[in-house]
Amino acid sequence: MDFMLILRDSLSAAVGPAAIVYALAAIGLNVHFGYAGLLNFGQAGFMLVGAYGLAVSAVVYDVPFVLALVIGILASVVLAVILGVPTLRLRADYLAIATIATAEVIRFIVNSPSNADVTRGSQGIAGFAKPFHDLNPYGGGLDIGIVRLSRSDLWSATVGWVLVAICCLIVYLLMRSPWGRVLRSIREDEEAVRSLGKNVFAYKMQALILGGVFGGLAGIFLALRQASTIPSDFGTHVTFYAYTALLIGGAARVLGPVVGAMIFWFLLNGLGTFFGQLTSGADPILPEGLMDQSQASLVRFIVVGLGLMLLLIFRPQGIFGDRKELAIDAR
Amino acid sequence: MRWRLTLAALVWVGLAMILPGAALADTADPTPAPTASTGTAQAPPDGSYFDVTLVDRTDGGDGEPVADVTLEVRDDADELISEGVTDEDGRVYLPIPGGGLYTVVLDEDTLPDGVELDGSPELEKSVILDGRQALLFPIGTQEVESTPLADRVLQALANGTKEGLIIALAGLGLSLIFGTTGLTNFAHGEYVTFGAIATFFLNTSLSIPVIPAVVAAVVTGGLFGYLSDRALWRPLRRKGVGIIAMMIVSIGLSLFLRSVYQYLIGSQNRPLSDYVVQKRIDLGLFALTPKAISIIVICLVVITVVCVILMKTRMGKATRAVADNPALASATGINVDGVIRNVWILGATLTALAGALLAIDRQVSYSMGFNLLLLIFAGVTLGGLGTIWGALIGSLVIGYVVELLPLLGVPADLKFAGALVILIIILLVRPQGILGRAERIG
Repeated sequence: MDFMLILRDSLSAAVGPAAIVYALAAIGLNVHFGYAGLLNFGQAGFMLVGAYGLAVSAVVYDVPFVLALVIGILASVVLAVILGVPTLRLRADYLAIATIATAEVIRFIVNSPSNADVTRGSQGIAGFAKPFHDLNPYGGGLDIGIVRLSRSDLWSATVGWVLVAICCLIVYLLMRSPWGRVLRSIREDEEAVRSLGKNVFAYKMQALILGGVFGGLAGIFLALRQASTIPSDFGTHVTFYAYTALLIGGAARVLGPVVGAMIFWFLLNGLGTFFGQLTSGADPILPEGLMDQSQASLVRFIVVGLGLMLLLIFRPQGIFGDRKELAIDAR
Repeated sequence: MRWRLTLAALVWVGLAMILPGAALADTADPTPAPTASTGTAQAPPDGSYFDVTLVDRTDGGDGEPVADVTLEVRDDADELISEGVTDEDGRVYLPIPGGGLYTVVLDEDTLPDGVELDGSPELEKSVILDGRQALLFPIGTQEVESTPLADRVLQALANGTKEGLIIALAGLGLSLIFGTTGLTNFAHGEYVTFGAIATFFLNTSLSIPVIPAVVAAVVTGGLFGYLSDRALWRPLRRKGVGIIAMMIVSIGLSLFLRSVYQYLIGSQNRPLSDYVVQKRIDLGLFALTPKAISIIVICLVVITVVCVILMKTRMGKATRAVADNPALASATGINVDGVIRNVWILGATLTALAGALLAIDRQVSYSMGFNLLLLIFAGVTLGGLGTIWGALIGSLVIGYVVELLPLLGVPADLKFAGALVILIIILLVRPQGILGRAERIG
């Protein structure tokens, strides 16, 4: 049992690109759920259109890289508008079902062989990230004992954390502004805000677009980081993990989703390496009949599910959250 | 008129050193071996081999074995390694010397009349000598002027009835629980899988025949519903946890249970010991396998009985009273907690039955219920969440839509997307569903 290795894997994941993807997605969910009270279960759909907006325009239609990035972001804005116009009037649980169904429909369509000339089906698209990785200024990877990142991961992490910082700053400034106060009042009592003459629908729509763009950025970052994009990267589980990350850190707090995503990946990778070590080698510590290697990789997901339940039951406000601030029990 | 259809072939790469071929054949081959005079009975060879079962899944999930098709295995130098003809179960064993890259080639000339391949009849597969791998190889086929459209519609309706009724059974459970507790249970798919996995373990680990195993699994499912209410949902209700928080708890439960299922049975599809591949019986207008007919009858009887109980009996009236207004029901002397407990037991029992029937209809996998979840939501929402007959009507519509869409030119892999589009539209246009009462939902 090599505890140093476990610590290194955990910390590397917590500061590496994987955590950044979920931090960005969770920042988006924080705007939706934490501040506006919109139960968006389709964040994976926003990530997908962002990633595929970039990949399809760059690879299939030969659009220049920077323009393709813009198209990726615009794609998530378009999805937010199309999704928001009809669904924002729905009750929370119906909104959740409508958004999760939309995300799945988009994934089915992208995955379908009948659209493979554009989306390349389940194989996914690669070959659009070269401009991004060509900008890499680092000569080598980072290895300081407890954290180890490869050269490309180090570059992705640098860009990613800058992106996260910018997004957090935007959220921080917006939520201090009058706009943010109206948004939070909508979460608390929609009718009261309406009676003050505010256009509730417009505010909700703006929140949906803003959070959707953060989701789109998460998808774009994921696509750039792994230099490819495949439909199975955007299943419903991605949304659920992002919610878990958000709720660990605490909803309706600027840094909640960021810290949550880091802790989420720290635990996920730490547990993965821990149980991997328990079951690997010629003479594993746990007998093979009890747990084999593929089962060992599942234990962490069992823990994620259990953790999400316990979190909601015993500390719904997360680490930083304020129970009074977060009206998770509204309606 | 030409029509796109799919012919799916299941290719098992079985390695006799790890899994004796005879045992493999037992699990996947329920029908007795044909008599020697037909000359098609085959025994698995010694050593490594491809175990190919050609199943025509043109008309839905059941599949019908395709016999007398010649297949060849060639290595990467295009040398012929072995050759075989599928028997009347659509099965053929193609021996191979060991690990390497092989191409399985299907001889198109030997396909039954009216079926032509339009995709590649070749499948490349590299064999690694460390276990058994399954892969599905879909072959696009075109059926040439053989079945008139009307017949295909009737067949799709028959299959849609079966699909829809299984969804309805699970949906009735969801609807009951939603109606009385207001919980949109995202873990409901895992309650479906519970029934299937319980059947699988009772059937294969304890060697109980399929039908008693189903009965026992359904009872276990009810117990599971009771325990989950007792241990999780009732304490949450007592604590005054809100609906949205409970919904996210149900997501946690869903992730948790799904991972546990995968831990227990792995990622591959697992067959039950019996009723795996059946020949269809021609009923005049359409053809169905005996198991499909049984599933339809069981679903119809159970759903009707439960709905009538809800309409007529005291327990049913109390349930509807709690669904309508828990505080008022409590004031009139109804034991609200008792009613909710009964609803969890009944709902989980129905859902487990749906899962067990699904296990017979297809195979068992850890994510089968989760994959069905959005279709269940679609069916129940379409009919009207919380209404008695809504789950049945809405789910049947969803079943028909899923089966009929491919006939209207929608690619078969998008038929579920079609059902979800209906779900989204119905949420926008009439969120209370076909039978639901209009109420404020925003």
